[in-house]
Amino acid sequence: MAVQEDRLKDLLVRALDGDGSAYHAFLDALSGLLRAFLGRRLTRLPDDVEDLVQETLLAVHNQRHTYDAALPVTAWVHAIARYKLIDFLRRRAGHEALNDPIEDDDEFLAASDDEPRDARRDLATLLQQLPDRHRLPIVYVKIEGRSVAETAKAIGMSESAVKVGIHRGLKALAALIRK
Amino acid sequence: MDTRKLIDVLASEPVPVAAGGLRRRFFIALVVGGAGAFALMLAYLGLRPDLAVVARTPMFWVKLGFPLALLAIALVGAGRLARPGVPLGRAAVAPLVPIGLIWILGVVVLFYLAPGERLAALFGATWKVCPFNITVLSLPAFAAALWVMKGMAPTRPVAAGAFSGLLAGALGATVYCLHCPEMAPPFIGTWYLLGILIPAAAGAALGPRLLRW
Repeated sequence: MAVQEDRLKDLLVRALDGDGSAYHAFLDALSGLLRAFLGRRLTRLPDDVEDLVQETLLAVHNQRHTYDAALPVTAWVHAIARYKLIDFLRRRAGHEALNDPIEDDDEFLAASDDEPRDARRDLATLLQQLPDRHRLPIVYVKIEGRSVAETAKAIGMSESAVKVGIHRGLKALAALIRK
Repeated sequence: MDTRKLIDVLASEPVPVAAGGLRRRFFIALVVGGAGAFALMLAYLGLRPDLAVVARTPMFWVKLGFPLALLAIALVGAGRLARPGVPLGRAAVAPLVPIGLIWILGVVVLFYLAPGERLAALFGATWKVCPFNITVLSLPAFAAALWVMKGMAPTRPVAAGAFSGLLAGALGATVYCLHCPEMAPPFIGTWYLLGILIPAAAGAALGPRLLRW
């Protein structure tokens, strides 16, 4: 588990320095851990696991500025996953809520499940609900993989407005999920 | 969109993120909250006329030290609550230290005072307005501290709101010291404390609603 922590930390620290492939590897490893962690918690709601994996990944991304490299990554992602899980259970006015306390962050590394299942909620559909100033930068830069400069030219926004649009758009997407 | 696609989307450019944002945010909140409280104090209350004289007495600094100690503790606690996975630790009970000290001092003072002077030391001349004034002076810092929290990711919204309110109340009380004529420890330990706890309680109540993410 210490090895796992070190690996995740190394990836995240490099990612926050701007290494996109390290970030991809980090999110990949994290999604497996999240799927197993949330799957164990939601044995009665298996169809919701993948949605919650996606929601948590988006939260990790949107809150990545709250990570402090002096602290264990595991505790950080565990706290985010736990918060999102509790929020989800409250949202469904969870009567079948927490009999099983979610306290131990060691357990977060206990298993990984790398087989994504179908998400019920389609983020692509939610994305359509965002206003153009958020949606277009995300579609062009994030989904179609164009550069920020190219996108700025294509949609007539400044480069910094494109970056802000992506940032705010992903936050707005997370807010849409919470509704 | 399946999860692999989502990861592709999130991991594409631009990734880098600025570090050290939390300190900067708290610094801005302290400047905005402090300046706001000072402006409110000057506009509605005014500096106490003998400030230069009382500033040379030890009691003035004890009185100022009480909210300043709570302010320092609130900053540490709020900073921890702002990040997921950081335990609150001793900051959870640390506010009891300055409160305990001012109460001990208050009890000692009451003990040595003549029975007829004790009520005056507890109620002073301004007990009716003191908590209200501190609460009003804390409003700019209250908004600023919640803005800081809103930009972070508190996973314990009640505690995060309470420490934001504590921060605001302590800053408001610090500024209020520049106006307030009261100097007795029993007064500080009661009415100043109440004035600080009102924003803290408001923060705890509003936290779950305002700090969701």
